[in-house]
Amino acid sequence: MFQNIGEMIILFWRTLQALPLALRHRAKVFEQLFEIGNASLLMACILSLFIGGVLALQAGSVLVERGMANFIGGMVGVSMAKELAPVMMSILIAGRIGSAMAAEIGSMRVYQEIDALKTMNINPIHYLVLPRVLAITIVLPILVVFSIMVGWLGGALVSHFNAHINLSLEGYFNNLREIVSIGDVLNGVIKSFAFALVIGVVACHQGLITIGGPRGIGRSVTKAVVNSIVLILLLDYVLTRFLMYFEAF
Amino acid sequence: MSSNNSQSVRVEIRDLRKSFGSQEVLKGISFTVERGEIFVIMGPSGSGKSVLLRHIIGLNRPASGDILIEGDSVTKPGVLAQYRMAMVFQSGALLNSLNVGENVGLYLSEHRLKTPDEIKRIVADKLEIVGLKGLEDKMPSELSGGMKKRVAIARALVVEPQLILYDEPTSELDPLMTVIIGEEILRLREHTHSTSIVVTHDRDLAFGVADRMAILHEGEILFSGTPAEVKANPHPLIQKFLHAEVQFQKS
Ligand SMILES: Nc1ncnc2c1ncn2[C@@H]1O[C@H](COP(=O)(O)OP(=O)(O)OP(=O)(O)O)[C@@H](O)[C@H]1O
Ligand SMILES: [Mg+2]
Repeated sequence: MFQNIGEMIILFWRTLQALPLALRHRAKVFEQLFEIGNASLLMACILSLFIGGVLALQAGSVLVERGMANFIGGMVGVSMAKELAPVMMSILIAGRIGSAMAAEIGSMRVYQEIDALKTMNINPIHYLVLPRVLAITIVLPILVVFSIMVGWLGGALVSHFNAHINLSLEGYFNNLREIVSIGDVLNGVIKSFAFALVIGVVACHQGLITIGGPRGIGRSVTKAVVNSIVLILLLDYVLTRFLMYFEAF
Repeated sequence: MSSNNSQSVRVEIRDLRKSFGSQEVLKGISFTVERGEIFVIMGPSGSGKSVLLRHIIGLNRPASGDILIEGDSVTKPGVLAQYRMAMVFQSGALLNSLNVGENVGLYLSEHRLKTPDEIKRIVADKLEIVGLKGLEDKMPSELSGGMKKRVAIARALVVEPQLILYDEPTSELDPLMTVIIGEEILRLREHTHSTSIVVTHDRDLAFGVADRMAILHEGEILFSGTPAEVKANPHPLIQKFLHAEVQFQKS
């Protein structure tokens, strides 16, 4: 994986250079946006609702015993915003969209479609990579904001309806509002932006270097998903540490 | 795209060599195709014909030797983009996510060379030439192998190429369509004076369209010359290749 990092950085750089062409390729960007949204929205909703819920359930039992049940809102609020929503959504998108991108570009490579593009003087980075990387970096942060809110709701519902915790919705959200700042949400959004770039570049890169037949495509898909998840988790630590400096102010 | 207005190009191949791993696929190939000429390359399966074409259009880099288009090496950046070239891939290589019309018009639409209406007209035109009138909305997966090949030919024609490379353009076509494609190769040259390089196994097509031809065998050119010279060449492999006949014993 790491011998490819240099290539991926080059691909990322070339994609950045192609950015001025984004307007020209907007139809393809919209197509990708629609596809990504369509494929991930329902899953994102279910995942976030349940993660928020489980978080409230587990933290709730600990906090209730110590008479701090009214802190559940803040706890779920911060965890969802800063860590769980960005990481979970990124892993979801890596599995759902990164894999599809690697498969599509990989099969285009194997079946010489990319060669055909080149003979027509069409740059595969402009035609294939740019719209995908762009779409994913637009969608993922939006999806994360959505996931944060659904997660909060999940936590609220569990805190309210679980007989053991039995916190009022108002109490939950009051505490959440008190503890969670807009900076916490921004923190998650910034992270997800970086994760989106990782997923897009890793998936497109794996697709472009696919060799062999269907088996090669399968290998590329697996690598795209595994590598982007590993990179996301590494980057998550680095970014978290880095963003802490800003919170100090 | 092109700043070069001459309608065809001269292609010179100099001592081209290429290996994949330990397998030497092209072993020092040299030949020249003059402007406006139709040059046919014949040779057994696996002799390196497709690899040779891929080098000419810049998809593979030579290990050594050179390919010159109008005297400029294709390995120099920007040289290929100066000329309008097209390749009809052996497999067709249509974009599976686009329909037939979008495939054929892709070059024009991506480079914004024509308005959408003009593109529609040109696409319809080219599809009619290859006998696929009105199939714009079909997806490649809905086509037969021969139809895909013809769409690929239409897509190449749209470029109005100065150099067009055909990799076995008729290998999946019936005899009637083969004649039509052969005529189209000749007609295209007549109208646009483009240079053509045709790889084929089809002896009728080869001798029907060739100005000159080369026989490729295991990465080497056994002989090149006019069709008459090739026919008259006594080399046993060439004679065998040209005169192989199907003669099965039926009980
Ligand atoms: N990308 C590649 N990697 C490794 N070997 C290759 C590659 N492309 C071609 N070869 C090898 O090069 C040789 C020539 O292949 P090529 O496709 O040029 O044959 P061909 O003359 O076009 O045959 P056919 O008439 O069957 O199409 C073959 O032995 C093939 O195995
Ligand atoms: Mg071939």
